[in-house]
Amino acid sequence: MRIGVLSGKGGAGKTMMAVNLAAAGERAVYIDCDVEEPNGRLFFRPEGVTAQAVRTKLPEFDALKCTGCRKCVEFCRFHALVYIKEKPMVFEEVCHACGGCGLVCPSGAVMERERPVGQVERGRHREVEVITGVLNPGEASGVPVIRAALKAGASIGGLTIVDCPPGSACTVVESISNVDYCLLAAEPTAFGMHNFQMVYELAVLLGKPCGVVINKMDGPYPPLEDFCRENGLPILLRIPYRRRLAQMAAEGEIAVERDRAAAVVFRRLLERIGGGG
Amino acid sequence: MKKLLVLSGKGGTGKTTAAGAMIRFARAGASADCDVDAPNLHLVAGVGGQPERKRFIGSEKARINPAVCVGCGRCAELCRFQAIGEDQGAFQVREHACEGCGVCAWACPVQAVTMEEDKAGEQYLYREARVFSTARLKMGRGNTGKLVTAVKLDMMKGAPEADFAVIDGSPGIGCPVMASISGVDLVLIVAEPSLSGRSDLERLLDTVEGMRARAAVCVNKWDVSPENTAGIMDLCRMRNIPFLGKIPYDRSASDAVNKGITLAEIDCPARDALYHIYEQVSQLLALPSANLE
Repeated sequence: MRIGVLSGKGGAGKTMMAVNLAAAGERAVYIDCDVEEPNGRLFFRPEGVTAQAVRTKLPEFDALKCTGCRKCVEFCRFHALVYIKEKPMVFEEVCHACGGCGLVCPSGAVMERERPVGQVERGRHREVEVITGVLNPGEASGVPVIRAALKAGASIGGLTIVDCPPGSACTVVESISNVDYCLLAAEPTAFGMHNFQMVYELAVLLGKPCGVVINKMDGPYPPLEDFCRENGLPILLRIPYRRRLAQMAAEGEIAVERDRAAAVVFRRLLERIGGGG
Repeated sequence: MKKLLVLSGKGGTGKTTAAGAMIRFARAGASADCDVDAPNLHLVAGVGGQPERKRFIGSEKARINPAVCVGCGRCAELCRFQAIGEDQGAFQVREHACEGCGVCAWACPVQAVTMEEDKAGEQYLYREARVFSTARLKMGRGNTGKLVTAVKLDMMKGAPEADFAVIDGSPGIGCPVMASISGVDLVLIVAEPSLSGRSDLERLLDTVEGMRARAAVCVNKWDVSPENTAGIMDLCRMRNIPFLGKIPYDRSASDAVNKGITLAEIDCPARDALYHIYEQVSQLLALPSANLE
């Protein structure tokens, strides 16, 4: 079973939930797809970490073969190419590596070289296989790194927890493309509610079954509970705001490994979702 | 126009709460929400009236006409984004994966593929109380950097005479964040005193410095971990980045949000800390004078 943990709004407790779910499973794979800010590894402190570079392609132009026809520049819909000083030049950050320039070049002047954009780290914490996608600062798109991290996890199989990026853009779609279930972390505030509705809409659009965990409850927030009831969305767990919990998260401690009650709660959550067997 | 951008790296550290307070303290003539796939600032920005709406066209998307397609599979073979799927000989574009490069349309031997405009979101410009530019990205769309730039441009065009603008950014360090950083005068980073918050702060500082923009840091909910707060202050000292202050954990913050007002309008310790930060921001930006209420 593959479970994606999402939230829309950042800081709702995605990583805390994903890490504790993975640690509560008998044997699990944890995949961090929040490649811009990967934090699961700070909780797991995995051992025996190996890293593999993630690369995308980038065109290079052979000045001897280039006839200056500019077909490549005209083809590029991302405006990543300009013709300057008698030859095409590429803007690395804008290039989507679609390969179109090479296809349309009539004189075979376009070659491609590989360019690192991030890495996938793999290590172990007790019974959890910890896979982390890390995007290099300055890179525009995390999608290739997310794909590589998911692929590394797919080769292991079993109970898999995917920690997603915040928001509701293409990186989230990529992260949950293969999950069987979406666990939505919601924060009971007007901000949290607004982003929660957006991400719920996305999960529904992709046809994923969903359940909700309300985090940092500090008194009742009826609009969220009403929304869940009206949409037949099960609230699987309510976690109160406690300074002790915030401090554990701040220090990167895994609650289910420190606290018997937390272990029971997350084990039960996993069973309700259907990943506990 | 002096532009202040509020970022955080990690999500949920209090970016929007801080941005809302800055707008109010400064009575900023212009503001924008660049967190286009999870926008929230409009909930507290004190905007009035109906916004002007505008469609945002992102990249194009490919469409395969099944009546023309001969099923050769050349498009699927060349697509680098695994955006073309086959179901019993019928080829279809997976719209979320398609980046609109046009390779499939170029490769199709029978012209079954067309490239079509795709509405990737909607922009909103409020003018009544003050100029506020925001947008909402359509579910699962990419191109957020382009939309972020459009939101900022609309804000500047909408309030050409404003001398101070506050922009709320998105979490992370990717394309939308970089697009929001370009052209601002100061990036105020709201950090969280946790191992995650610190790690995210460092990655964000690398990104901001890589773009040669100016950064300053404050810590929110500092009393959750005084040790990590001290660590972040050391980090700022080492990297020679101004540290502007510490905001305590304050329940009033979520109360304010739920009432649809900024923290600046509630008398509480977090407001005082934010005001102190605002004063330093005005000094760093050499704003004419603090517009106190």
